[in-house]
Amino acid sequence: MASGGAAARNRSAVLTAAIPPLLWVLIVFSGSALGQAPASPVASPVSEETVHSVAAQLRCVVCQNLSVADSPSEMANQMRALVRERLAAGEQPAQVVQYFVDRYGEWILLSPRRQGFNLLVWLAPALAVLAGLGVVAVVVSRWTRRRPSRTPVVVDPVMAERIRRELESQP
Amino acid sequence: MRAARWLIPLAAVPVLALLAYGFRLGPRDIPSPLVGRPAAVFALKTFEGAPVDLSRLQGQVVVLNFWASWCRPACYEEAPVLERGWRAYRQRGVTVVGVGIQDTVDAGLKFVTDFGLSFPNAQDTAGKVAIDYGVYGVPETFFIDRQGRIRAKHVGALSDTDFREHVERLLADRG
Repeated sequence: MASGGAAARNRSAVLTAAIPPLLWVLIVFSGSALGQAPASPVASPVSEETVHSVAAQLRCVVCQNLSVADSPSEMANQMRALVRERLAAGEQPAQVVQYFVDRYGEWILLSPRRQGFNLLVWLAPALAVLAGLGVVAVVVSRWTRRRPSRTPVVVDPVMAERIRRELESQP
Repeated sequence: MRAARWLIPLAAVPVLALLAYGFRLGPRDIPSPLVGRPAAVFALKTFEGAPVDLSRLQGQVVVLNFWASWCRPACYEEAPVLERGWRAYRQRGVTVVGVGIQDTVDAGLKFVTDFGLSFPNAQDTAGKVAIDYGVYGVPETFFIDRQGRIRAKHVGALSDTDFREHVERLLADRG
């Protein structure tokens, strides 16, 4: 840099040469203390659990039956980053979910909302189970019920007497 | 007992009706809640570094196409269609904007160069624009009217006829 031969300059050159390691320590520590980049979950102001809970409600658009939280695809990765970013910007989890619903429709939700026509999806399985149990109860009760004898058997008295005699004559 | 005999086949009727309804739907017809709503503005840079700002394109019909270099064969079939459409309609106030998603810049640039695409093409590296438009996959194309409203969404490769029909409809719409 400078080519002067003054002693003062030499001293300053020695000092500047010694500073970089110190500077690096300072930069590294100040960087992490200020939380400049949310590179690690610890430094992020948003908890990973919150990000995961929002992402778990969203369907991965390029997968089959996978949530954004579980998918390893790039699209899901970008969606998780966006969820994290919006939460960090101060949005509530419900607002972040609504952001995706506004763009993709309710299709993006892994579980349909429990309102209106969607209630059918939630109630139908329970109703089907109840109906099935009812059918089973009726069928089982029919199977186990003792059938009363319909008409008393009328035995010819002559025949009855003959049977009795033959039984008695047996050795 | 006689009624119960009919109960089981009758219970299958709603299930069959639901299946029949489901099979009649086109798998490509994924309804977008964005159709009819204002298009989200975005600002990206083209592969050459020029700005692409949707807000500056108000007053023009915009054909916004999402693509990727790995999207074969649909994006490869569609690229020449977009270039032809752009050349045919650019003088009539139509702009084609291509946005590469889920791709590397190098691969995206090679795609643009190989097809000699002369309309603005940018890379959406963070995927924010794609998510803002509710993009499921590639290719998807949005037709935006002069007022900046999304008027149609096309999923899959565009044909020359698709391009012409959508654009002519928006050009004819003076509202």
